[in-house]
Amino acid sequence: MADGPGNANSGGNQARQNPTTGPQPNVKSSPVQSLAEQKSTGQNPAEQNRAAQNPPMQNVLRGRTSVFVGLWPFAVGIILASLMYAILPGSVGPYYARIVMDIGIAMIMAVSLNIVNGMTGQFSIGHAGFMTLGAYAAGMMSYYGSLVMWDSPLKHGGMLGLGEWWFAVSCLFGGLVAACAGYVVGLPSLRLRGDYLAIVTLGFGEILRVILQQQSGSVITSGEALQSATWSQLFPLPIGGALGFSGIPKYTNLFWVYVFVTITVVIAYRLKQSSLGRAMISIREDEIAAQSMGVNVARQKVLAFVLAAFFAGVGGGLYAHESGVIVSPKDAGFQRSFDFVIMTVFGGRGSISGVMLAAVILTALPEVLRDFNQYRLIVYALLLIVMMLVRPQGLFGIREIWQFWPIRGTSLAKKEVP
Amino acid sequence: MADFVQTLMTVLAVGSLYALIALGYTMVYGILKFINFAHSDLVVFGAWFSYTLAVKILPRLGLKLNPESPSLWVGGAILVIAMLACGLLGFVIERIAYKPLRKAARLNVLITAIGVSLLLQNVGQLNFVFGASPQNMPALLPDVELFRLTFAKGDGSEIVAIRLVDIVFFVTAGVLMLVLEYLVFRTKLGTAMRAVSYNTDSAALMGIPVDRVVSFTFVLGSALAAAAGFLFAMKYSGLNQPAQSTWVLLGLKAFVAAVIGGIGNVRGAVLGGFVIAFIEQFGAFYISSNYRDVYVFALLILILLVKPTGLLGSPLQEKV
Repeated sequence: MADGPGNANSGGNQARQNPTTGPQPNVKSSPVQSLAEQKSTGQNPAEQNRAAQNPPMQNVLRGRTSVFVGLWPFAVGIILASLMYAILPGSVGPYYARIVMDIGIAMIMAVSLNIVNGMTGQFSIGHAGFMTLGAYAAGMMSYYGSLVMWDSPLKHGGMLGLGEWWFAVSCLFGGLVAACAGYVVGLPSLRLRGDYLAIVTLGFGEILRVILQQQSGSVITSGEALQSATWSQLFPLPIGGALGFSGIPKYTNLFWVYVFVTITVVIAYRLKQSSLGRAMISIREDEIAAQSMGVNVARQKVLAFVLAAFFAGVGGGLYAHESGVIVSPKDAGFQRSFDFVIMTVFGGRGSISGVMLAAVILTALPEVLRDFNQYRLIVYALLLIVMMLVRPQGLFGIREIWQFWPIRGTSLAKKEVP
Repeated sequence: MADFVQTLMTVLAVGSLYALIALGYTMVYGILKFINFAHSDLVVFGAWFSYTLAVKILPRLGLKLNPESPSLWVGGAILVIAMLACGLLGFVIERIAYKPLRKAARLNVLITAIGVSLLLQNVGQLNFVFGASPQNMPALLPDVELFRLTFAKGDGSEIVAIRLVDIVFFVTAGVLMLVLEYLVFRTKLGTAMRAVSYNTDSAALMGIPVDRVVSFTFVLGSALAAAAGFLFAMKYSGLNQPAQSTWVLLGLKAFVAAVIGGIGNVRGAVLGGFVIAFIEQFGAFYISSNYRDVYVFALLILILLVKPTGLLGSPLQEKV
């Protein structure tokens, strides 16, 4: 029993610093021994949990957590969102305001994908599937809800009116539906790793696309028609099939987008600081070591998928109500998922602020390069390849942007987290 | 009965396509342990190389394709040139994008592969490469009906015609698979490939030039992908633009075939290709053709949950 938790811990760190070196005997022997140790001494599992973390990183992050305690980040977010809503469309025009909205939605998508891909290290490339599911669920709820309640699918009420609250509820409903799907997709992740899981998530997006395409009932446009609709008109679901679901009320505005961005980001950030998030990061670094430290790998993985899918569903709801014209099953395809994957990879897998920055850049870039649209995806692709060759951990790695400021430039900040 | 035989013919054709593509996936996975996402794009390039050769390059060399009696030799030449070109492309991709990442985490290589795939798709779409509009492949073989099978049905009878294209298709695909089988299991190079796949480090210690073997694997896989692209173009003639999702779907299903057969296993890939084609085509014919993609992916998820190593795969060892 000479190999106590201390020894296992150092083994775990070693594995983390050199993820490419071969099997390490002391790590291999640690699961049984550390578990035995835990039983014999009755040590708190949280202690073991902490041992799985990277001590330097913990020091870097300490002191920042207190800044985000309480409800006030949400208040700041709401104030900022209101300011944007009040000022931006008037000062820069609807076109740029629309781009800023797109950026917000991309932020929600990228930050949520980051929970699975970045923090937990489970490579999911079916994120657009969750988004589209959320978009359809939220779109159906607000569209048909409006029909039932106000007899018209058009916008009801003004800023913060009844219609907008119904829209917010619809977005959350979209999130819930997507979260259920996330649970289902998360289950295979318990048995599959890496590439296999990637393929399953990709297959999920494709299956979803096909199923949505078959829901080809034509969209019902009036309250009376809805009341008198027969079952055959409701199944397959009246969401337009491959033509897409049109006529969703255009509720999405800067205020609601950035309120949801605030919620997503603050929750993701707090998750990262919490023991839950630390457990997720430990799974990413070394699943077997994490398991041997007492992390409930199965629970954390499914939780990560459910959370990520929830926010993706909310983002989908915002997306559905943005242009309002059409949500099409094609959105669930893998090509769209890759956009979000590129954002997380570019910003740094695990770095929330880095991923947000990447969402801003990669959403604004195509607008700037509109004349070179043909080359846009080529630039993206080269960016991905070069990034992997030169800086595989992404722009910011797992750290946040402010951790690069010189004022925090201790020896710890210079250390690379692999 | 005629329907059944016709569907079976489709299964054979689609299955050999999947099998040829799956072989490339499975060989690369066997050696480097990552999904070469760019593999499906090599199929696209193979098909489009064939089209470019047949329509743009060969006529300039004075070899006009005669629509009345196209020649078998021109088709053969196009196949060989397309295979060589894609083999070269595969070699270059491996050297530039994958080789520097030989020791990196697998996820990074996977992301690079996605990047390469996106790059190939969109470079292919450029106007001066293949262009962004679908094209029709000219006929490479005379449209001859070799023989027909007649089935009694009720009072009358139904026929299934076997055309020259079908026979050439099956023969080419079959010969390529047999050649690969010979290469992998009977030659010194194949032994080296299997050794590298088994354990790269030990293989290197035994004096096997790992880099050369890996490059060769890529060339081989890419050439097979090109052959699949050529056969696709020859049989179905309608070519979608390079970034069309149907191509990616073709590649994905081939990958599913490789996984179902047991990834890393050459014979498993062929088996998986036919299993996938069987499920897809018979499901499409007898249940509903709308859900043909769903059958494939549902089967994949099922197999992964029940037997994650695939039908013929060896059990995975978990290394720390």
